[in-house]
Amino acid sequence: MSGKPRLTYLNGRGRMEPIRWLLAAAGVEFEEVYLETKEQYDKLIKDGSLLFQQVPLVEIDGMKMVQTRAIMSYIAGKYNLYGKDLKERALIDMYVEGISDLMQMILMFPFSPPDAKEKNLESIKERATNRYFPVFEKVLKQHGQDFLVGNKFSWADVQLMEAILAVEEKVPAVLSGFPQLQVFKTKMSNMPTIKKFLQPGSPRKPPPDAHYVETVLKVRCHTSYVSRSVETLFPAVPEAGQKTFPKCKERAEGHRALTRMGCYTGCSQ
Amino acid sequence: MILNRTTLKASLDTQNCKTYIFIADRGESDTGNMSGKPKLHYFNGRGRMEPIRWLLAAAGVEFDECFIEKKEDLTKLQNDGSLLFQQVPMVEIDGMKLVQTRAIMNYIATKYNLCGKDLKERALIDMYVEGTTDLMGMIMYLPFQPADTKEKNLALIIERATTRYFPVYEKALKDHGQDYLVGNKLSWADVHLLEAILMAEECKPDVLSAFPLLQAFKGRISNIPTIKKFLQPGSQRKPPTDEKFVAVVRKIFNI
Repeated sequence: MSGKPRLTYLNGRGRMEPIRWLLAAAGVEFEEVYLETKEQYDKLIKDGSLLFQQVPLVEIDGMKMVQTRAIMSYIAGKYNLYGKDLKERALIDMYVEGISDLMQMILMFPFSPPDAKEKNLESIKERATNRYFPVFEKVLKQHGQDFLVGNKFSWADVQLMEAILAVEEKVPAVLSGFPQLQVFKTKMSNMPTIKKFLQPGSPRKPPPDAHYVETVLKVRCHTSYVSRSVETLFPAVPEAGQKTFPKCKERAEGHRALTRMGCYTGCSQ
Repeated sequence: MILNRTTLKASLDTQNCKTYIFIADRGESDTGNMSGKPKLHYFNGRGRMEPIRWLLAAAGVEFDECFIEKKEDLTKLQNDGSLLFQQVPMVEIDGMKLVQTRAIMNYIATKYNLCGKDLKERALIDMYVEGTTDLMGMIMYLPFQPADTKEKNLALIIERATTRYFPVYEKALKDHGQDYLVGNKLSWADVHLLEAILMAEECKPDVLSAFPLLQAFKGRISNIPTIKKFLQPGSQRKPPTDEKFVAVVRKIFNI
């Protein structure tokens, strides 16, 4: 009964990590409950704690909130990280959604079939450097301010910082063509709440490893996001100038590979 | 000399005029958004734009549409700098070129008072909408999946609809006994749920058979004047995704 928000998820990044980042950036302490077995997950469902039978779950202000975006919107709204008016909010939403698309690729990466890993890594690098990072580089350059929106720290800044670090873990020199983002990264790292979150011993989780992947598949609580995975492994929108890209047949292969891995949980099969 | 944006700028440049003139940034694809109505850029089909059409219609907002029919239409928008992340949907509204479905929906819902009265109601609406988004997402992708997986995926959709999603909304309506999902007032969540119900019924006509309150909800929300109008033939509501639409999208994206 500490009054602190309580997070229920696996002991790893996954879909909960952006929520941890946002709470930490807002200076909000929180507790965590880790799912390690299917039985724990089944119990949560039986208890009626999970509105759509999925985690993340965040207990906050008397509510049992699910759905990452709903949770993040609530936290951002509550802690004044959502802009000052409707238009700033729209900008923040657009930026956050774009970053979220990039993060989705990273989220799914550990679940790629081994023979697709190299290609998917290349996709992440390509999207980061050609689609997403240029947008934020330009935004920062154009207004010359420290933060993405309204000259004030917001959800968008936190999310971008998280994405930069996540991509750098996979592609270390990814910011080499983005001087503004390099400065941004340094500034964000030095903000007291973020600095604290980046230190060892914080609730920040390490990159996913084989054990994490195993736990996800064992607990079988990741239905919706895994079933969307094919769309992210094989991006549906080509870059301007890109002539062709993964065919439908490859998508089917992706589906089949994931099915073999047992990634389509919750189905009657 | 014809006076337009290009010639004006050229003329100023040659005269060394460092005059700062605010010229509304119009991509070449803009045929002149002088009506003040929102303008939607997408394919001529449901896809990711349909929930946006629903929401605008429910709010009683008239809108224009610019359809992408061939690859060049999309490339033009991308090269114009009109698409923040090179993707559609894009909605021109209130001087902004909004992209990302959720950002667009959030803006419209807030502007037209369809997102609850406070943070907690908004949180509830957000959760409900994310649920219906997940369900409709499955249905949206169905026509694009290989023929040999269609039957299985359809079964999964029905299973999810009837065991994961619809029970939640049935219970919400039962628990408070009100006409609308949140706060006793029409919100984005109600519009989205109606859309999801109708899409699920297109997959399986009797999908609501075990959900009496959702049946009543469907009848009530369908009779709201703005929504009733949207449900009539001749409205901007798009038909179910057919082979023709799949072919257009496949051609534009080379899949």
